[in-house]
Amino acid sequence: MAVIETKNVHKTYNHAVVPVHAVVGVDLKIEKGEFTAIVGPSGSGKTTLLNMIGGLDKPTEGSVMVNNVDISSLSRNELIDFRLEHIGFVFQAYNLIPVLTARENVEFVMLLQKQSKEDRDSRVTALLEEVGLSDKTDKRPSELSGGQQQRVAVARALASKPDFVLADEPTANLDSKSAENLLDMMARLNQDEQMTFIFSTHDQRVIDKAKRVITLVDGRIDSDIVKE
Amino acid sequence: MILLIAWRNVWRNPLRSMLVITAVALGLWAGAFVMGYSIGIINQRLQTAIEKEVSHFQIHHPKFSEDFDPALVIPQGGVKLGHLRSDSYVKAVSPRVIAVGMAASAKQSAAARVFGVMPAREQSVTGLQDKVVEGEYFNDKKNRIIIGRKLADKLNVKLRSKVVLTFQNKDKDIVAGAFRVIGIYETTNPGYDEMNLFVKALDLGELLQVPGQFHEIAGLLHDPELVEPFADVLKAKYKESLTETWREVSPELGLMVDSFNQYIYIFMIIILLALSFGIVNTMLMAVLERVREIGMLMAVGMNRRKLFAMIFFETIMLVMVAAPVGLLLAFSTISYFGTQGMDISGMYSGHESLGFETFIYPKLEGIYYLRIMILVIITAVLASIYPAVTALKLNPVEAIRKI
Ligand SMILES: Nc1ncnc2c1ncn2[C@@H]1O[C@H](COP(=O)(O)OP(=O)(O)OP(=O)(O)O)[C@@H](O)[C@H]1O
Ligand SMILES: [Mg+2]
Repeated sequence: MAVIETKNVHKTYNHAVVPVHAVVGVDLKIEKGEFTAIVGPSGSGKTTLLNMIGGLDKPTEGSVMVNNVDISSLSRNELIDFRLEHIGFVFQAYNLIPVLTARENVEFVMLLQKQSKEDRDSRVTALLEEVGLSDKTDKRPSELSGGQQQRVAVARALASKPDFVLADEPTANLDSKSAENLLDMMARLNQDEQMTFIFSTHDQRVIDKAKRVITLVDGRIDSDIVKE
Repeated sequence: MILLIAWRNVWRNPLRSMLVITAVALGLWAGAFVMGYSIGIINQRLQTAIEKEVSHFQIHHPKFSEDFDPALVIPQGGVKLGHLRSDSYVKAVSPRVIAVGMAASAKQSAAARVFGVMPAREQSVTGLQDKVVEGEYFNDKKNRIIIGRKLADKLNVKLRSKVVLTFQNKDKDIVAGAFRVIGIYETTNPGYDEMNLFVKALDLGELLQVPGQFHEIAGLLHDPELVEPFADVLKAKYKESLTETWREVSPELGLMVDSFNQYIYIFMIIILLALSFGIVNTMLMAVLERVREIGMLMAVGMNRRKLFAMIFFETIMLVMVAAPVGLLLAFSTISYFGTQGMDISGMYSGHESLGFETFIYPKLEGIYYLRIMILVIITAVLASIYPAVTALKLNPVEAIRKI
């Protein structure tokens, strides 16, 4: 069973002068445990597609199924709860709440899920160790490097035990060393915990680490390569 | 966690938060102090009016106040006086003979109300002797009069001048008596001084042909709080007479207190309204500079209720840091001036001609602080709505796209 299945998804922005067809008829299936990169030139529709898969945006046409739930039919409030329970997010920047420490940021989504204190404590500790930040748990985001902040964001994304993690250009603001480290860490989590990752990127070295590479051009799937 | 985030967000931009907190604290301080100051004025005015003019209770013949007919004396006034004098709740009583008529000097005449009093008893109730600013208080001599400064000026009389009082006696015959000015008194209320004259009860009773009888008994209680129940007892006991509390004798005094209470709250509400604009503005800035963060929060699953709560609590906390500071400042200044007194004679000359004191003792009871606090909370709640709703309207995709 596919974790994500899009059927003939379109997204058209009604621009003042000409309508912009950001995503045009995308059919896509993503299985559990994938480590998939979505690539393509700037403006090819990567962010738009990820936003629709993540329930942040609604397709103008077609449907997005997550775990066999048609999320394009959910209300705004239902979507918020759905995202909380099923999807982890890593954004390019502004991932973290500045006034909370690394530990509190990771714990935050678990609190939203109303998990018990013991569950939260043990999982947060484990996750921060996994992303290699056991010594930075009480630091606020402003006291962390860009790479460290993105690691906290990955830990936060995993904390809610999502079905998959969406990461839109997670390495765009990082130097290449940090970018590689982050990807290696994600790959390890994918390997060890069977966590599904879907990320968009421009970075060739990041693309090289993906097991599957979907290339978008002008809002359409241009190629879909699964590596061995 | 929501509360923790809200609290830390308050201090995220400390300068901006401190500005609002300072503004709210100062506003509350000023507002509460002015309230205490106004209440101080009004209380003093009330106390003066009650203790020096109206007294806590008065007893009359039920029809006496209709046209001051001298024949309408209090039934068994002497007996009642005796009872009241020995009542342990009563601090002092003063019996009075009253006549309304004309006071004339050699040159001028004016309408006047003449009180015939027993000097020592009147002193114990209204402190008439202390109000004498020139000359002296009654002595053994017959037909002496104490006149208000304002009326003395009007009639152009001085100490030892002769004043002729003319009025109807109990048989409706016109009678006149010549009195010599022995003292000139002054209260804080020139209107009162212009109207009222004092002679001895003995002299006036003789003129009116009601010797040993009284038209009015005024009394003070030891405990002002007991006025209403005590008056009720007298009302039941003396059915053939009319017993009234100060509120019934001078309804305008009660009205003054009531309307004043409303007025000072309106004043406070205006201050809070002004402050609320500052609060809304600050919180709106706080929301708008966190658009991306709020978008991210919605994206990762923070629902709208929690988001609203976050902004709401942040606003409440901002105000709740300020309110105790402001009220504490108000409390300490009001307590200080409440015991030391504030000399405002320099501030307004002619203030006393309005009937107000020149020394003010600000006073604000606990219940007022409580009500101010409730008003502040209401203000904070209302001020949080607009910024919070603004945050809710943000669309996560749009907010994040700005990254
Ligand atoms: N809110 C919007 N209103 C109008 N047009 C939009 C909006 N969002 C995106 N677009 C347009 O849709 C197209 C796809 O944009 P999208 O951001 O998905 O591309 P992308 O592949 O993520 O690009 P990049 O690599 O630069 O991030 C672009 O032409 C963009 O200008
Ligand atoms: Mg993009």
